Amino acid sequence: MPRLLRDSWLMFGSQFRVSMRNSVWLFIGLFQPICYMLLFAPLLKNLANSPGFPKGGAYNVFTPGLMIMMAIFGAGFAGFNIIARLRDGVIERLRVTPINRLAMLLGIAGVDILILLVQTALLVIVGLFLGFRPDAGGLALLFVLVLIGGLMMASCSYAVALLVKDQGALAATVNLFVLPLLLLSGIMLPLSLAPDILQNIAKANPFAYAVNAARALVDGHLGDVAIVQSFIIFGVLAILAVFWATRSIRKAAM
Amino acid sequence: MTTARGVNATHRSRPDEHQRDNGDKREKAIMATTAMIETHGLSKTFQARGKSVEAVRGVDLEVRAGEIFGFLGPNGAGKTTTMRMLSTLIVPSGGQAKVAGYDLRRNPAAVRNHIGYVSQQGGAEPVETGRENLVLQGRVYGMSHRDANQRAKDLISRLDMDAFADRLVRTYSGGQRRRLDVALGIMHRPQLLFLDEPTTGLDPQSRVRIWDEVRRLHDDGMTIFLTTHYMDEADGLCDRLAIMDNGSIVSVDTPTALKQRIAGDIISLGLDVQNGAVARVSETLQAQPYVRELQQTKDGLLLYVERGEEVLPEVLRLLDHQGVPIRTVTLARPTLEDVFLRLTGRSLRESVENA
Repeated sequence: MPRLLRDSWLMFGSQFRVSMRNSVWLFIGLFQPICYMLLFAPLLKNLANSPGFPKGGAYNVFTPGLMIMMAIFGAGFAGFNIIARLRDGVIERLRVTPINRLAMLLGIAGVDILILLVQTALLVIVGLFLGFRPDAGGLALLFVLVLIGGLMMASCSYAVALLVKDQGALAATVNLFVLPLLLLSGIMLPLSLAPDILQNIAKANPFAYAVNAARALVDGHLGDVAIVQSFIIFGVLAILAVFWATRSIRKAAM
Repeated sequence: MTTARGVNATHRSRPDEHQRDNGDKREKAIMATTAMIETHGLSKTFQARGKSVEAVRGVDLEVRAGEIFGFLGPNGAGKTTTMRMLSTLIVPSGGQAKVAGYDLRRNPAAVRNHIGYVSQQGGAEPVETGRENLVLQGRVYGMSHRDANQRAKDLISRLDMDAFADRLVRTYSGGQRRRLDVALGIMHRPQLLFLDEPTTGLDPQSRVRIWDEVRRLHDDGMTIFLTTHYMDEADGLCDRLAIMDNGSIVSVDTPTALKQRIAGDIISLGLDVQNGAVARVSETLQAQPYVRELQQTKDGLLLYVERGEEVLPEVLRLLDHQGVPIRTVTLARPTLEDVFLRLTGRSLRESVENA
């Protein structure tokens, strides 16, 4: 265990330096959610009073959804970094050393998750100015949920990246999965507005549970069953994804 | 293809013969007798699109502690695949290997602790400085922060990297980068260092620099295993060489012995081939015990002989006796290029260019 922590920390430190030197990406990653916040959320204001729309006002409905979207998109494309490192031979050099393989993953993912959390926090701050009024305890738990979701998505992204070994192919693959996940999660518009058939399909989408949980959390309904459900679903999937990605790193070759 | 395979098959049993009967002739006395690498039937088959490709076919190898051992062969010969197996990057499909005293299959973790590996592309992080790369490398091998910093400092001055050690690696020239790669490989003072094509793509000055460093490491007692497709590198740097082609080792020996044993010396005679006497003299020459092989070319004869400088006078006497006028005579020492040609039926240069 000490070895795992030490190696993870070393890997995190190196990846952190690299990411800070490419800090422009931190802001590019923020661009899309801020656009949604400023250019899309106002459209929901007039819808918020219509029947079927969840209670709590447009920003309390939309902001938690956007936070989950950050986890899907922001972490979903995390694999780009690992392709660059694979191309440069960095992964292979480290694989010849005794460094713990899980630590390689956790160190790299740690930085991507840190960036994700910072971006999400900035998003929340923008939301607060516009009228987002979250429950403090619920919001803190929501950050934990975003962290677990980010770990899951980032790990999947690394595993796919090491499989396809090509940035174009990674982008295509991630988009292929991410867009339906997004539309069937109720982030853009609540699924309560959707026909039964879409609502039923959405029951297979872990992010739909996460979005429901996120809304319950910011509203302070901490006893909502969706919260427990989504933590369990994300937790199990994150463990499986970490296992998958570690296995991929163990075998990674250009 | 068929020719190469045929040659392969004939020579496949050779490495052991060479090692046995050439032991006392070796140009450098290798004091240590312990094996740093020992493989038996090591093989690797890749599955690609439903077809299986045998990249390495049953390699038996012994690399002794303290020697510079070279793998010479064209691209695609299986050199890199063999090296990647020995450095734990890929799992062999068959056979056994002991590296630095540990079983490769059963204890890859122990192997990793005792080897350094510098791949063809290097593997330094481009968005970190050379020093940052070195310190991380040391830390990953378990050094304390202070030890890693000190060792990095030592290596930076040893490899003359002070001028650029604190710049981002992506700004380095090819030669600077290669020096950092080597430094990364030896950061933890391994007993055994793998260098995959250490000078490919470098300018002549940088190549010499890398060679000097390899010799210094050798003098410090490190065992070095390198692959190359450069003849001069194999010849000038390595204590012993394995010539590899088509996934198999076709021969193992010292560079000098390889040149002596396989190609002999080459006497080329410029003769008037229209002269009927040439055919007659060819027969006579072919019957001489010292002539290994004779080839007729468009302007004379090529004789592959042993100890060319001793037999040359006799060849000349013989021709004179038969009344064949000689226009030109040259005696050439074989190069490893000739050795490769004789062993595989192809020229190494061609093989590299076609790959």
